[in-house]
Amino acid sequence: MGVKRRAFLIGGAAIVGGGLFAVYSADSSNRKRAVELTAKGKDGSFLSWVKISEDDTVTVYSPHIDFGQGSHTALAQMVAEELDADWTKVVVEHAPADPAFANSALGRGFMADMSGQPGVVAALPASFISMAARSMNLQITGGSSAVRFTGQSGMRVAGAAAREALVAEAAERLKVPVSELTTLDSRVIHEKTSASLRYGELAQAAAARSLNSDVKLKDRKDFRYIGQGVHRLDIPAKVDGSATYGIDFTLPDMRVATIMMAPVRGGKLTSVDTAPALAVKGVEKVIELEDAVLVIAKGYWQATKGMQALAPKFSDGGHGGLSTASIYAAQDKLNAAGEKLVAPEGGKLLTADYKAPFLHQAMMEPFAMTAHHKDGRLDMWGGLQDPLAARMMAAESAGVDAAKVMFHPMIMGGGFGRRFPPYSQIVDQLAKIAMQVPYPVKLIWSREQDVQHGAYRPQVAARLQAVTGKKRMAAWASDYAQNDDAAAEGTVPYAIPNFEARHHEYISNQVNAYWRSVNASQHGFFNESFVDELAVAEGEDPYTFRRNHLKAGSRQLLVLDTVATRAGWGKPLPEGRARGIAMVESFGSIVAEVVEASLKEDGTPKVHKAWAVVDCGTTVNPLNAAAQIEGGLIMGLSAAIGEQITLEKGAVVESNFNDYPILKLADSPEVDVHFIESGAKMGGIGEPGLPPAAPALANALFALTGKRVRQLPILAQAKV
Amino acid sequence: MAIETTVNGKAVSIEAEPDTPLLWALREDLGLTGTKFGCGISACGACSVHVNGEITRSCSVPVSAVAGKSVTTIEGLKGEDGTLHKVQQAWIDAQVPQCGYCQSGQIMAAVALIQKTGTPSAAQVDEAMTNICRCGTYPRIRKAILAATGQAAVAVEGAA
Ligand code: FES
Ligand code: FES
Repeated sequence: MGVKRRAFLIGGAAIVGGGLFAVYSADSSNRKRAVELTAKGKDGSFLSWVKISEDDTVTVYSPHIDFGQGSHTALAQMVAEELDADWTKVVVEHAPADPAFANSALGRGFMADMSGQPGVVAALPASFISMAARSMNLQITGGSSAVRFTGQSGMRVAGAAAREALVAEAAERLKVPVSELTTLDSRVIHEKTSASLRYGELAQAAAARSLNSDVKLKDRKDFRYIGQGVHRLDIPAKVDGSATYGIDFTLPDMRVATIMMAPVRGGKLTSVDTAPALAVKGVEKVIELEDAVLVIAKGYWQATKGMQALAPKFSDGGHGGLSTASIYAAQDKLNAAGEKLVAPEGGKLLTADYKAPFLHQAMMEPFAMTAHHKDGRLDMWGGLQDPLAARMMAAESAGVDAAKVMFHPMIMGGGFGRRFPPYSQIVDQLAKIAMQVPYPVKLIWSREQDVQHGAYRPQVAARLQAVTGKKRMAAWASDYAQNDDAAAEGTVPYAIPNFEARHHEYISNQVNAYWRSVNASQHGFFNESFVDELAVAEGEDPYTFRRNHLKAGSRQLLVLDTVATRAGWGKPLPEGRARGIAMVESFGSIVAEVVEASLKEDGTPKVHKAWAVVDCGTTVNPLNAAAQIEGGLIMGLSAAIGEQITLEKGAVVESNFNDYPILKLADSPEVDVHFIESGAKMGGIGEPGLPPAAPALANALFALTGKRVRQLPILAQAKV
Repeated sequence: MAIETTVNGKAVSIEAEPDTPLLWALREDLGLTGTKFGCGISACGACSVHVNGEITRSCSVPVSAVAGKSVTTIEGLKGEDGTLHKVQQAWIDAQVPQCGYCQSGQIMAAVALIQKTGTPSAAQVDEAMTNICRCGTYPRIRKAILAATGQAAVAVEGAA
């Protein structure tokens, strides 16, 4: 490990003769650009990431967007740790959407994950990674990547290298050897003489020194900030209403627009009589796009009233025959073509069909962004998971040179996978309308448009087969039909001699994108429910059955055993209650969950308590990491119980929170979260808490009723 | 048409059509953007404010209906000297918000509940706190309400 890590750093250093920043940006013009964008006056700028101002303020530029997952604070903790900074003076800002901040540490992380060969990637020259990252416009947040890639490979190194330069500068000024200096709370200290210098007074000169790429990172046992549940930096502004989200942004003379898109995805706007809208007080303009109509008015209410006055006609793009049922039927047919397993003598063959619907992210803040085109320059404000790509997209839609487009990232009211620019139609829509008006314009999607024009989790049907005998799984074959190959998520952590998962491509008219935990939620539900079925078929306790397929001493076994112990697995429960267990590995983290459930009088499930045990290697901020697991688990339950996007005649049926029900407080359990600090390679935390929730609940309901849930959501099936 | 009302203790005159939802009058006419738009149909609670002390979903009340009444928004919760309301402080102590978008509404709902009940029972919390939080901060909301009403200490594990 140590050797590989060095290779990675030396590779980075070689490019600019020892300057560490080259790990993150490949050429010197790039570094200059980052300095120009962030440094003012006497500030010194280290790399693309950290700035120390004269007043000792340490500004960490996060290339990631924080949509509530707390990664900004975690990244700042990592910089502060290595820098020995004074925590009270650390602030985090979004890095501007500029290629200078494109994220090579992230590219490296993803490439390592994709190739499954971290060693190979580590040996690649950093310039290559950086170039690849930039050409992919990689400034994204997703894949639970911020802390584990950017933080581990980027922020900590930046902090350590900066610290070293500050110490070197101090040594020169105090005329003492470096070895006699220590650092604490943003000061370099010479204990012998009690002399000390503030980082702020050293910063500018220190930044001009060549930075060492081969810095030594702190040992775990010396951590002061990493591993601490420090309070999140963004929270105070979120309790007094002062936090400004994309929807809150405003400019003088700004107008507000709203939109109606073709109800059937793929359809086009065929005609609209704009006069009734223009007759509404406050409405200023109606704009027709290829597949949508927009009304621009003084305010959102007037725009909405203008829209209500319109009766636009849309085509269905040839998708009018599509429905949820027709998609499942087509998917079932594909799966049925898969090769059949044959049980040997004495073995049992089990086959089961599972289904999971399209799901909507339902971020709490609907899409809302502002744009202003003036003097040939297009400025945009809003929250997206990849500001840099958004900038490129806006440039293309508007027909403006990318250099003349500025994207200003803002905090987001949730994302959950919805805010990746390629699926964020709002960027294209807004860029186009901004070019047609002389004033700044904010486009707000209504919740109805948000629900009906989503980038959904794909609808998937799966056929699972397994051969069992003597309380063991001998063979497993699954066929699943969906848009993309979910090979990574289709696996199980158990030792099964013959395992195969076969993807059958099915493409609907919907844009299938990311939904928190991507494909791990559907496949986690299928696989962990089916494992439960196999345990039952073999007459074995579901927990024991699972553990008998895990290696002694493995991380997985420890996670499973720990959750069983904490949840009191096997202990008697009050009448009418039952437990279910499930374990899913995703984004580099292993998570096992137990839920304790009952049925309410009306037959709907009620979860009383839930337990989650997580091995994500190391937690940077356990307090915040626990929040991510709690939230993921509850979102998983919410989806399993009531959420679905269905299609009729090619259009989405659901329209708002009245028919797309999100779990509320009264139905949310207390969640006991426990982390196993294994020290293994760092895994994600934003997504992995979600996938085990649905199967754990479904398994509990089976234990309760003897009825197996094979299709989600549970409520819709109960009604049928 | 001008609507005379009181917002956060100050008399204001809002120049808006009478059917404009209070939410948009607050956000766009008064610039009080702490109150959020989530659904527009009274289903999520992101827009919750107090009207004469009653919890109200401002997306579904016309601004004309608050003429002569007193409206409190999240911006009006702090004390005159800027100290946080005890519920806001409890929200920080329990580290409730994630994306934070629903939290103005959640806090307004919690404040109204506490004003009404003093020390709400678990069942009262379940019944009153019907606002949606997509980030799933509910367990911490419960904890913060208990802490704010002296029913529990907020144990912040591993806090620095
Ligand atoms: S915006 Fe008013 S309840 Fe949702
Ligand atoms: S904190 Fe994100 S919706 Fe509640």
